[in-house]
Amino acid sequence: MTINEVQEEIVEEFASFDEWMDKYAYLIEIGNDLEGFKDEWRLEQNLIEGCQSKVWVYAELVDGKINYSADSDAIITKGIIALLIRVLSGRTPDEILNTELSFVEKVGLKDHLSPTRSNGLLSMMKQMRLYAVAFKAKQG
Amino acid sequence: MSINIEQIRSDFPILKETVHGKPLVYLDNAATTHKPQVVIDAVSEVYEKYNSNIHRGVHHLSNVCTQAHEDARGKVQQFLNAKHSHEVVFTRGTTEAINLVAHSFGETFLNQGDEVLVTQLEHHSNIVPWQLLEKRKGIVLKYIPINESGELILDNVDELINAKTKLVSLAHISNALGTINPIKEIISKAHTLGIPVMVDGAQAVQHVEVDVQALDCDFYVFSGHKLYGPTGIGALYGKEEWLNKMEPYQGGGEMIKTVSFEGTSYNELPFKFEAGTPDFSGSVGLGAAIDYVNAIGLDNIAQYEQELLDYATERLSTIPNIRFFGTAKQKASVISFLVGDIHPFDLGTMLDKMGIAVRTGHHCAQPLMQFFNIPGTIRASFAIYNTKDEVDKLVDGISRVAQLFG
Repeated sequence: MTINEVQEEIVEEFASFDEWMDKYAYLIEIGNDLEGFKDEWRLEQNLIEGCQSKVWVYAELVDGKINYSADSDAIITKGIIALLIRVLSGRTPDEILNTELSFVEKVGLKDHLSPTRSNGLLSMMKQMRLYAVAFKAKQG
Repeated sequence: MSINIEQIRSDFPILKETVHGKPLVYLDNAATTHKPQVVIDAVSEVYEKYNSNIHRGVHHLSNVCTQAHEDARGKVQQFLNAKHSHEVVFTRGTTEAINLVAHSFGETFLNQGDEVLVTQLEHHSNIVPWQLLEKRKGIVLKYIPINESGELILDNVDELINAKTKLVSLAHISNALGTINPIKEIISKAHTLGIPVMVDGAQAVQHVEVDVQALDCDFYVFSGHKLYGPTGIGALYGKEEWLNKMEPYQGGGEMIKTVSFEGTSYNELPFKFEAGTPDFSGSVGLGAAIDYVNAIGLDNIAQYEQELLDYATERLSTIPNIRFFGTAKQKASVISFLVGDIHPFDLGTMLDKMGIAVRTGHHCAQPLMQFFNIPGTIRASFAIYNTKDEVDKLVDGISRVAQLFG
């Protein structure tokens, strides 16, 4: 699947939720299920300190593709992180840099990524992009 | 007089708003309060009828505007029971007022090794200005510790208030916990050694009557926007003798008597501390807010809010695994809590979806959060327009979220 196909898939999943409560229940569920962030990555340099919640993000380049790992102390934040990882992880730097993350707005989570939310998500998205820029430069 | 809550609610146009399709339940009053129509009208009236720069003009509108601004100063004076109106300096708010004192008192009276004493439950606004002075002048910042209930521990206060102490600066009421500090006791203790005391009244003036002469505090500061007034205006009360001795804060228009390149002489109080065109629409709005509060009566407000606090504490206590932070015997209408291991951000986000506005996070009091070893809390803070029905909605909302987190 392409990045955009994954985005469409998420949009369809969210379309099945009638109530906002169901949407958040789902975010809580996938937030709880998000694993794989190793303790050795839990470093100051990987921490994005939001006013409201903390976000850690780490990335590795494996066979030309970026593997993102991230974590948060707040579950809703973590649920949104899980979606971002689902869309962006395992992609090449070029794929990531050429994609607009349209699903966030389409599933009604845009608020969470606004600069006023101070939950660290916006900075995390910037950081994910920066990783892509850096890995691309490294590849030459 | 008892309070007619329906009447009061109808004074605040914003309370008719809906949030995410639900009626607004606004429980973030310690951050800022809403404005009654009379305050909104007073500010509009300035711009509609007599807007003009003040203190300088010979023309009619300037005189009207100057009069309105100075009348507002008089209202603040009476509100705090200050001896003189020139002991009231308008500022942008509490933060600026504290910075003014830190700068001007610090410039004049503080030197290397001098101590400033605060408390462990201060807002960052009453910590960081002193840390800047630590860097600039080598002063030493000390604090009075708190106990698990969020009350000041005064057992060793005689050691903390000592010959090196040059200023005590503390909150009247804690923004994060609601603790009402025994400021009168601390002021008289400090005064036995001739040490001045500044009181941060940002969380107090909207809840309790303040009489700066009875308290005998040397400085008292507060913000308009937490007192049903406009944002961007606040006041510093300072005893004349201190204000006269202190260096000015900022330089510019208004604060000068004469200016030449050889030297400048400063204006008299309070103008010496009010550089630049004052916020005269803000001051007029603040005056209207004070009138509004006075008409209801702070005694009535305190009594009603205490009822709300008691009711909310009782109802919230029924929620399994709730932990309260700040259980002082003397408390204002602020409740800080956590539920199980639900992150405050998650609970706050879900409550918002139900139209309920609470504050989540560290409440600009990180040292206090470090004391309790928590990242933050959920804080519900009540004002005169809140109701028991809104408390019920909060409790129901939390229960729904708690179920979801299982």
